[in-house]
Amino acid sequence: MNMQQPNSGEDAAWRPRIVAFFCNWCTYTAADLAGVSRMKYAPNTRIVRVMCSGRIDPQFVLDAFRHGADGVLIGGCHPGDCHYSEGNYKALRRYHLLRRLLADMGVAEQRFRLEWISASEGDKVKSVIDQMVAQLQELGPLDLPGRRADWDAELGENGEDDLTAGIAAEAAEEVSHV
Amino acid sequence: MSEKPKIGMYWCASCGGCEESVVDLAEGILDVVAAVDIVFWPVAMDFKRADIEAMPDGSIAATFINGAVRTSEQLEMVRLLRQKSAAVIAYGSCAQMGGIPGLANQKDREDILRYVYEESPTVENAAQIRPQRTHGVNGATATLPSFHGNVRTLDQVIPVEYYLPGCPPTPRLLAAAVQALLEGALPAAGSVLAPDTALCEECPRRDSKPEELHIDQFHRPHAVHIDAERCLLAQGVVCMGPATRGGCEAVCVQGNMPCTGCFGPTSRVKDQGAKMLSSLAANSAGEEDAAITGVLESIPDPLGTLYRYGLPASMLHRSLSDTNRSKEQST
Ligand code: SF4
Ligand code: SF4
Ligand code: FES
Repeated sequence: MNMQQPNSGEDAAWRPRIVAFFCNWCTYTAADLAGVSRMKYAPNTRIVRVMCSGRIDPQFVLDAFRHGADGVLIGGCHPGDCHYSEGNYKALRRYHLLRRLLADMGVAEQRFRLEWISASEGDKVKSVIDQMVAQLQELGPLDLPGRRADWDAELGENGEDDLTAGIAAEAAEEVSHV
Repeated sequence: MSEKPKIGMYWCASCGGCEESVVDLAEGILDVVAAVDIVFWPVAMDFKRADIEAMPDGSIAATFINGAVRTSEQLEMVRLLRQKSAAVIAYGSCAQMGGIPGLANQKDREDILRYVYEESPTVENAAQIRPQRTHGVNGATATLPSFHGNVRTLDQVIPVEYYLPGCPPTPRLLAAAVQALLEGALPAAGSVLAPDTALCEECPRRDSKPEELHIDQFHRPHAVHIDAERCLLAQGVVCMGPATRGGCEAVCVQGNMPCTGCFGPTSRVKDQGAKMLSSLAANSAGEEDAAITGVLESIPDPLGTLYRYGLPASMLHRSLSDTNRSKEQST
């Protein structure tokens, strides 16, 4: 593990951003409860309410990462408790395949998590999020928007081909050294 | 100077199949050649870059560019052609989505170069010589283009008006596009020149595709006897039809092979691989972790299967374990 602090220096206060997709009937209610009973859980979590975990399209997860999420959490009703009976099994199967895909894409496994949390388990919402925040803090930012900008540096700015300029400069140098 | 519309053709990171697909027009190519003025086509005709540079901006009616963009030379050429062309058409899967060359986005540039020039079993290179961008010979300097860190789709480097999908596009779609171009009947810029419906809609096997599936084992095409009539997905063969745009007339399925997704997604899908993942997982069997992972294990290479032609166009674009951000390497 790299010992350097992620974003050390000016950005020392970096906190991971989590996008959480919670099903309306269980986990969202639990998160509400966690809020109502003034339990403190990491404030840098954006909760998106969906009717059922089975409604969470894997595209939503990738889109969250693409827009700068450091981690994505899926929350649904416990097996057997889905309001629409089968939605959470679908979610679980998608989760397992997406996990493998994300591993192939070089995304650390701690960045994507699924938890069954019933309406009464407000404390579990808090403990899961706290744990995820700690793990992401350790990993550092995923920062896809920043990475995209880094990748595109090789394209040069304003349509100018900096690479050709680079080649020309190198060539000139080489010639002068011959 | 003739009044015929000027047409250009160019290739970037591609296999040459798209160039060949033009010849698939068969005798139809004679009508095309009679109706247009081909001003640039490196694979077939002797025009030079200087000829293009000498042309007024926007004077080429349409340039068909195939292949993904991986080198500084390709980038320079497509920028030049963009400037000289009224319309640019991304021709084929590689230009549209990155294609097979786009699978290289699973690896970093350094990993690729090291493997190709040092580690590959067929390479003998004890001195570990790598190609250099410049090399002095007798006072002159030879240069090579630079090899980019990423494979990109055409529209990730220049604005593109139209897309002709396929690996390669079919002669029918090409002929229709040229016809529309000659008649000034091309649709709104940004369009994919193929139907905006899923392949399953035009598949001859669609009536045997059940509403809901409970696939308990996936089979690779070479490892199973495939019934030539039934929906391939219903037989447990991964068929990308549900997440892929139609327009190819289901040629692969008609050849008793599954669709691998070369036409890309319909306009309603933002990420073809994630969409197909969703459908595969929803339609497989299992309700507990062990049972589910057991079924899904029978898809040996999710990334290569789901993004066979579209890794650079996907939401993540490439593997994120790049060496300059080494935190992800724990996976
Ligand atoms: S899944 Fe494949 S075989 Fe089945 S209907 Fe769709 S395109 Fe045809
Ligand atoms: S069936 Fe699929 S892979 Fe085959 S040509 Fe059509 S879109 Fe491409
Ligand atoms: S309603 Fe909660 S998971 Fe389906």
